[in-house]
Amino acid sequence: MSKHGLYGQELKDIKLKVPAGKIVGIAGVAGNGQAELGSVLAGEVQVADASLLLDGQPAGHLSQAERRKLGLRFVPEERHGHGAVSELPLWENACLTALDEHDVVVSGMLRKARAQELAAQVIERFDVRAEGVQAPAASLSGGNLQKFIVGRELLRAPRQLVVMQPTWGVDVGAAMMIHQALLDMAAQGAAVLLVSQDLDELLLVADEIAVLEGGVLGAPAPASELTAAALGLQMGAAPGPEDALAA
Amino acid sequence: MRWRLEPRPAASWQLQLLAAAAALLLTLLISVLLFAALGYHPLEALHVYLVAPVASWYGLGELGVKAVPLLLCGLGLMFCFRAGVWNIGAEGQLVVGAALGSALAVSISPEAGPGWIIPLLLLGMLGGALWACGPALLKTRFGVNEIFSSLMLTYVAILLLSALVHGPLRDPDGNNFPHSRPMQDGIILPLILDNTRLHLGFVLALVLAGVALLVHLRHRLGFGVRLLGLAPRAASYAGFDAKRLTWGVLLASGALAGLAGIIEVIGPIGRLNTSVSPGYGFTAIIVAFLGRLHPVGVMIASFIIALSYLGGELAQIMLKIPHAVTGVFQGVLLFTLLGCDFSVRYRLRRLPPEPA
Repeated sequence: MSKHGLYGQELKDIKLKVPAGKIVGIAGVAGNGQAELGSVLAGEVQVADASLLLDGQPAGHLSQAERRKLGLRFVPEERHGHGAVSELPLWENACLTALDEHDVVVSGMLRKARAQELAAQVIERFDVRAEGVQAPAASLSGGNLQKFIVGRELLRAPRQLVVMQPTWGVDVGAAMMIHQALLDMAAQGAAVLLVSQDLDELLLVADEIAVLEGGVLGAPAPASELTAAALGLQMGAAPGPEDALAA
Repeated sequence: MRWRLEPRPAASWQLQLLAAAAALLLTLLISVLLFAALGYHPLEALHVYLVAPVASWYGLGELGVKAVPLLLCGLGLMFCFRAGVWNIGAEGQLVVGAALGSALAVSISPEAGPGWIIPLLLLGMLGGALWACGPALLKTRFGVNEIFSSLMLTYVAILLLSALVHGPLRDPDGNNFPHSRPMQDGIILPLILDNTRLHLGFVLALVLAGVALLVHLRHRLGFGVRLLGLAPRAASYAGFDAKRLTWGVLLASGALAGLAGIIEVIGPIGRLNTSVSPGYGFTAIIVAFLGRLHPVGVMIASFIIALSYLGGELAQIMLKIPHAVTGVFQGVLLFTLLGCDFSVRYRLRRLPPEPA
């Protein structure tokens, strides 16, 4: 996969395989292609069909919803306005990635009762502190909203999971819970890709870690052989802003 | 002393209703002052303006008649505005719908019966939708701002209407007046209430308001429209295509405006003329916002604005108040509405003085 300058950073010849049951981490300072990689993987930006395989199936041309049907779930970096809509109640936010499910949308109409059930399930399973399913997403703390979003995607037992900066601005308790949920997913056989700026987080949960730097993805190394200092050095080789512009 | 405008936390729907009510009250207050300044007894003028028009069965019927085009246009615009698509060309879409429908009506047999009503209504919708294709294509293909394209196409539509009623659609027995020949009795929308001019179009508009309510609150597409307006990335994440939704809301609002146009022609007016709409398409923008971009609200707002049309006419007849007062009332209403909405969304905060 190569060449996608969506937000100013081109991705260059990214080669990566995320095996089932493993968590692969991508480290790097934000702005080195993470957002672009996320959009390409989620399907916000489409690429050549064969350049992205899900379970061996070409998926590059598929839309976000079509990828979801194949079992790929995506947790965006932005909570407000991407992963959730601040103004809408939690039950409608629960619908956001469930519109293709036959019991949530019946002959075009959203089934409120089912959606509320879904939202309540997420709230209960992931210990989201919210005033019920009618509470607008804006009323939740960052950590609780993130638990809701991650929980909403995990509830569907994805085969592949792409998670962007899942604990950015999230309290410690929620972060621990999200980490455990990612480990559980991998243990159940999902292929998990974790894009994060938090090296401690990556070293804690990832099996392998690769560094994304200036749009170039380094070779993944087993997390057990890495330290924060070693990763930091790889990231520290970052070119200055003028080099990034030239690229 | 320094001040700063700060956004308030998300405005609840109660607060939004309050803003609309406050805007109405303020508008009434300003109208009273205006009447007084013009030398009329304010309360008498207000009575003539707001109460007298609906003091009879016939008056109530007229209120319904006036509300139909406003409601239809307002419903369509509501979806556009919800999606963040600023269609302000409903007037043009209405006019083209009226013209296209009329073109069929004048070319069929003088004995044409009610069987033609549905094809005529559909053709009106087609005309309006066709006119909305312009802004939709320009926006989705070339990123042209729909505010400009839809507004400018309105003027084209009005000139087109003028050309048609002066030319091909002109009544051959009309002494050169710029209007079409009267619509055949058989295709005139049946009246539904004795001693009024209330016609079947009123029922149709109410039914469509019900459909709009369902779509807005529960349909997958209504959800997509709301998502697109609130958070475009979330809409795409949820699987909606922004361009398709943009096409959808523009075509739907065009069709509804076109429907309003042809209903006027085969309803209360009974022929196509240059004044088929006294600005319904523009006023519907106020209807949509006063109605809080919600189908039930739009319904209520269409009656309020309809009343302002009737009151303006009556005030002209009974008190010799210039008819322009209607426009002033509607303009002031939009103005105060924007002001009230702004104060609901932001608050003014005094900052401590800067240290010297």
